[in-house]
Amino acid sequence: MEREIVIHVEELTKQFGNFTAVDHISFDVVKGEVFGFLGANGAGKTTAMRMLCGLSRPTSGTGTVAGYDITRQYEAIKKNIGYMSQKFSLYEDLKVWENIRLYAGIYGMKDTEIARKTDELLERLNFARERNTMVKSLPLGWKQKLAFSVSIFHDPAIVFLDEPTGGVDPYTRRQFWEMIYEAADRGITVFVTTHYMDEAEYCDRVSIMVDGRIDALGTPRELKERFCARSMEEVFQGLARKASRAD
Amino acid sequence: MPAVKVENISKSYGKTVALDGVSFEVEQGELFGIIGPDGAGKTSLFRILATLILADEGTVTVEGFDVVKDYKELRKRIGYMPGRFSLYQDLSVEENLQFFAAVFGTTIRENYHLVGDIYKFLVPFRKRKAGKLSGGMKQKLALCCALIHKPDILYLDEPTTGVDPVSRKEFWEMLKKLQRDGITIIVSTPYMDEANMCDRIALIKGGRFIGIETPENIRRSFSVPLWAVRSGQMHRLLNDVRAFSGVKNCYAFGETHHFTTGEGFDRDKLWSYLEGLGHTSLWLEPAEATIEDCYMQLAKM
Amino acid sequence: MREFGAFVKKEFFHILRDKRTMLIVLVMPVVLIILFGFALSTEVRNVNIGILAPSPDPMVRQIADKLDASEYFTVTQWLNTPDDIHAAMKADEVQMVVAFGQNFSGGLLSPDGSQLQMVVDASDANMAQSYTSYASGIIAAYGSEMTAMGQDTGILSQVQFLYNPQMKSAYNFVPGIMGLIMMLICAMMTSISIVREKEMGTMEVLLVSPVRPIYIVVSKMVPYFVLSCINLATILLLSVFVLGVPVAGSLAALWLVSLIYIIANLSLGLLISTMAQQQVIALMFSGLLLMMPTMLLSGMVFPIESMPWPLRGISCILPARWYVAAVRKLMIQGLPMIYAWKEIVILASMAVVLIGTSLKKLNNRLE
Repeated sequence: MEREIVIHVEELTKQFGNFTAVDHISFDVVKGEVFGFLGANGAGKTTAMRMLCGLSRPTSGTGTVAGYDITRQYEAIKKNIGYMSQKFSLYEDLKVWENIRLYAGIYGMKDTEIARKTDELLERLNFARERNTMVKSLPLGWKQKLAFSVSIFHDPAIVFLDEPTGGVDPYTRRQFWEMIYEAADRGITVFVTTHYMDEAEYCDRVSIMVDGRIDALGTPRELKERFCARSMEEVFQGLARKASRAD
Repeated sequence: MPAVKVENISKSYGKTVALDGVSFEVEQGELFGIIGPDGAGKTSLFRILATLILADEGTVTVEGFDVVKDYKELRKRIGYMPGRFSLYQDLSVEENLQFFAAVFGTTIRENYHLVGDIYKFLVPFRKRKAGKLSGGMKQKLALCCALIHKPDILYLDEPTTGVDPVSRKEFWEMLKKLQRDGITIIVSTPYMDEANMCDRIALIKGGRFIGIETPENIRRSFSVPLWAVRSGQMHRLLNDVRAFSGVKNCYAFGETHHFTTGEGFDRDKLWSYLEGLGHTSLWLEPAEATIEDCYMQLAKM
Repeated sequence: MREFGAFVKKEFFHILRDKRTMLIVLVMPVVLIILFGFALSTEVRNVNIGILAPSPDPMVRQIADKLDASEYFTVTQWLNTPDDIHAAMKADEVQMVVAFGQNFSGGLLSPDGSQLQMVVDASDANMAQSYTSYASGIIAAYGSEMTAMGQDTGILSQVQFLYNPQMKSAYNFVPGIMGLIMMLICAMMTSISIVREKEMGTMEVLLVSPVRPIYIVVSKMVPYFVLSCINLATILLLSVFVLGVPVAGSLAALWLVSLIYIIANLSLGLLISTMAQQQVIALMFSGLLLMMPTMLLSGMVFPIESMPWPLRGISCILPARWYVAAVRKLMIQGLPMIYAWKEIVILASMAVVLIGTSLKKLNNRLE
């Protein structure tokens, strides 16, 4: 069965002056896939992700995200993706339901739909009690879960997660990944960066960026076989230690 | 004399209890890990040990000095790297280090032997502004700054959060080396693989220590049977295993799922049950518990 | 002491590398002086006026010439009937009309006297006031000339402006700008730079070091102290050589009172920094709670005498009010320092209280 391609990137490049942050990268991501985007600090992950989200114009190369061209139709892309990062998640001084309402409103959802889906979401997360809690008084793990739910509240085609589990304990990280699986099962494509190598194993496919290029791309098992490694940690250490770029 | 002796300390902020009757000792030259989720009270504990805040109850002595009465004496002996420590972004690598050396009344030259192994990584970027360094480099520089005055004891509050695996590994190699030089180190981390590098670890949850042991003993104390399972349909496998009778707790674990079992669990029945549900390339073996499994077990409680 | 040196050096690095802030700090006084000195001047200069004289006799002509010859007015129109006044005003051709009565010079010699009326566009009340007083001054001067020449011209009021004979607004705003700028740099920038260290987490590390907290904050003050002195010198040079406002009194006394004022503001900045945990809060504190009242209530823009008593009360607790008053006495009026003793004593005691409070609030722990 040929699955629909939702992210298609060809020879994508971004230069800042003499510095090539992203160096001719090409890959496809299919619908409902959990795609791990790995790399050391400074390898170019964030720059690449920004181009895919339509926040930054590539120097050269082409790409489509959710069927829209990343250089010309970035407005349409923004409507069809969700985004969550560790740094920015929710408004701390708004209540849980107010945050949900705000984001749903930004994506132009109707009031009745928002109300229905909010109840549904809080029920599913076992969160109904916290409906009126200020976000700042929630534990970090809960915030991350809520932030993720909010980022896919409008049923985007793709959700971009930038180190969503940084600093989160193992137990909560797993709960978070189960939510990622659920989203993927519903057909949402998940594009995720992480520094936890056990999480790399949870991805359907993984790419590893080194010095702005994609040095490895495949399922975790394929990569382990190709590099004769026992774990993704070894694969990563092997590749990233070769990096010549001095951060 | 233990390097750190904490007796029954508590700390609350209004209604929030950050630490609730914590006691422990850290031996001279020990590498002591504190493992726990965000908000478990790790940062409050570090600040009390660093003489920055006062506990509501209990006593703490570090290197024989009381953190309340003898804080001046103690501050000469502590190296501290707070969680969100970010150096001076507009000063160069060299200037940052020079400054921190001067703050502690020393010079880079005087104590170069202490930081040399770490600083050599930074030498090529000596003139670069700290704000322009990558996460891994920043951590190395911050560690140099915390070490430059030859502290007897080093506190590191989540030094590797947000740092890539390669830099993390290098960082821990450095800590091991410092430990061999005789420096006592207390470090917190959310990464369980790093916990294995410690001599002893304390698991902290909700302001309480729920176990202090060597990683070895913590792993050994894992009392229930543990299994690892894999199939071609990993997402679905998680819920299918959970639904099977006798399975207590199932979670993703790298390329496999781990699960614990109780009374009435039968391996062969699980195998045929999973096959019946259409799982392909099945693999099912008993597993050795890791620190992470122990944490999962404790977190469940 | 070496620790302290390292701190000061670091602070200078911070400031010198933040090119934008540096530029603002150094250029701000220049811009303010030029803005107030030329663009926002409340001085009367080349204002277009009309003359309404039904019978233009020689004396009327002489007065008109005097007005025209002054740097304040330009006679652009001669009007014939009172109706023309409105027309000219509406067309914005003139701002004031000097209307002479019938048979002006003849009337002067008669017991009834003669009539002269000034019709002024009072949409800007302050300026209107200035126009009339300037014009009255010129006409009065003409009157006394005539008297001196033996011609009795009846009684004409006489106005004399002391200390600021040309009614230059610069005399008023230079002390105000000095007060404002030094407050901004000392209080606002010091507090923000201390709070920045808290936000960055570097304060935690510095507190754990054996360095005494007082060193940390005093070293923050040094560069801003230097910057304020540079600014003070810039303002004084500009006001003497560009605006032509001389330092009438003792320069040493002026510097002395300025130094006291700078120290008071540095301690104020320190006090703010002990209360605020975020740069934004520090900025709000110093921006809204210090700068606004200082601009409005210290007497630099509006005279304190005409304020209602509650505002007058508030103005008393502003260091800038006393500083501006002292600078007026020492710089503009050229009085010996003894005449400003009250202001100096008040400023000095404010400085002592602020230093005391802020040092007391300065904690050697995090909370």
